Amino acid sequence: MSVSAKLKELLREHGQPPREVYFDLENSGWVPPEVVEAMLPYFNSKGYGHPSITHKPGWEALEVLYEAKELVAGTLGTSGLEEITFTHSGTEANNLAILGYLLASRGRGGKVVVSAVEHLSVIFPAEFAEKLLGFKVLRVPVDSEGFVDPEVLKSYVDRETVLVSVQAVNHEIGTVQPLKELVDVVKAANPDAVFHTDAADAYGWVKLDVKKLGVDMLTLSGHKVHGPRGVGALYVREGVKLEPPLRGQLSAEKLWPGVENVPLIAGFKRAIELQFENLEYNVIYVKSLRDKLVNGILDRVPHVLVNGPLGERRAPNNANLSFLYVEGEALTVELSMRGIYVSSGSACSSRILEPSHVLLAIGRKHEEAHGSILFKFSRYHKPEDVEYALWELPEAVSRLRTISSWGSTGAFSS
Amino acid sequence: MSTRIPLPYSPKVLEIFRNPKNLGPMEDATVVESAGSPACGDMIKLYLKVGEGDVIEKATFESYGCAANIATASILTEMVKGKSMREAWQISWKQLSDELGGLPPIKYHCSILAVGALKRAIRAYYSARKEQPEWLPEALTHEERQVLEEEEMMERYYKALGRAGSALEAGGAGEKA
Repeated sequence: MSVSAKLKELLREHGQPPREVYFDLENSGWVPPEVVEAMLPYFNSKGYGHPSITHKPGWEALEVLYEAKELVAGTLGTSGLEEITFTHSGTEANNLAILGYLLASRGRGGKVVVSAVEHLSVIFPAEFAEKLLGFKVLRVPVDSEGFVDPEVLKSYVDRETVLVSVQAVNHEIGTVQPLKELVDVVKAANPDAVFHTDAADAYGWVKLDVKKLGVDMLTLSGHKVHGPRGVGALYVREGVKLEPPLRGQLSAEKLWPGVENVPLIAGFKRAIELQFENLEYNVIYVKSLRDKLVNGILDRVPHVLVNGPLGERRAPNNANLSFLYVEGEALTVELSMRGIYVSSGSACSSRILEPSHVLLAIGRKHEEAHGSILFKFSRYHKPEDVEYALWELPEAVSRLRTISSWGSTGAFSS
Repeated sequence: MSTRIPLPYSPKVLEIFRNPKNLGPMEDATVVESAGSPACGDMIKLYLKVGEGDVIEKATFESYGCAANIATASILTEMVKGKSMREAWQISWKQLSDELGGLPPIKYHCSILAVGALKRAIRAYYSARKEQPEWLPEALTHEERQVLEEEEMMERYYKALGRAGSALEAGGAGEKA
């Protein structure tokens, strides 16, 4: 049977749940109608031309591209439009930052410092550069809530440090790093070290001002703000030189070749506008939904661990819980059949038995990481969505715990 | 996060995951064996009731693991029912996977784990009776070796972690040098 035929049958067997709530905004998400609407004209009624060609559809494309750059620059506290580069994803923006800067710095030897909890689109390019270009990559440990201690970071930075990359907010456990302090200790130890931050999970939730923070490069991702997937952006401070790792025809962007994905950039722009509209209210609203879910689960389900920090030092949209004695992948499938869509840091999909590196870095044991479930919230979630999740979740966990052979060994009974 | 399966489950896996058969501990089991560990993220416990002529009268399971792990264990208990121990010994991980409509390659280990638990149970049965049937090989089979390897890998990991932990406490940022 072909893969697609198999999937058709799988979906038939799965069936249509009576209600659906999507909490997997980490991995991808739906695009709100108002964002889709903003994209549509750029497919076939205007701006469908190449933004660096001299005709009307090209200029229209360039117009929206620059409107988007102005918007992104404004939200990041800069006016330098040439400092903003659109890429085809957050992953590509991180690759451009890490590989692009290290390519431009090759021959200088040196060290690259990343936190142990970075997104893999930071860690893997850094390791790639280690193999390819001879840089030495150092991974800075984090504490049990995922924080990088400025004093610890300081001990990793010396005169040989070329690049430091620490994310603004952790994508799995919502840790809001003390970014300003981290930048300060790096610059004090080595003013020539360039500081990159992956801010994909911070953007629109946590205040970001590149000038005040003193960061040199900063990554954004479209789908993390309800924009379309397939678009990201990188801020590169004026004066920081990158060598583009991808080669091809450069267009309006000087660092990323290929034709700009103008409709997606137009959608990203609209998504950013919406994300920043009523921002303060949205933060409070989303936080209240998140807390309702977390407290509700802790009240109703025994043997649950909260992964990551609590309170103000956690992003308002993030909840990550480990349900002990159940395996996370099984729980994602079980919840899916109940119309609740989440992801897990379990290793069950990987032959090397390695669960989420973030959860291991904060000291979670394998079995604790295997039972982890990530929920991400947005202003589009309703209180009823949380109520529905709270209704279904205890039952789902309890069913899997009944099947579990771990529980019956005496370590657990319920 | 890493819940990523490049190839989909068969509808059969989902169907059995939803309604597993022969679930739960068996009080009058002749033999109980498990394979895997919570740290590995999958563990199967198999209960067999063995009757006259070494025939498996009943089999039940408990499973901590992914959807495929649960489905594999369930279908195994159905496959062994009514089989002699000798016949049950012949069940391969591939047969089990085929019975489920073909597991995605990344999930083959679920099937290996289930067969590993079964082979352990068969050995334990004869070992308790101090018998060694001529068809039962002394050397571990492929499935049994794989299961052991998986279990030992985690043991080694935590031992190494223990050492790294103490080095970190003793000498500061140990990994740095």
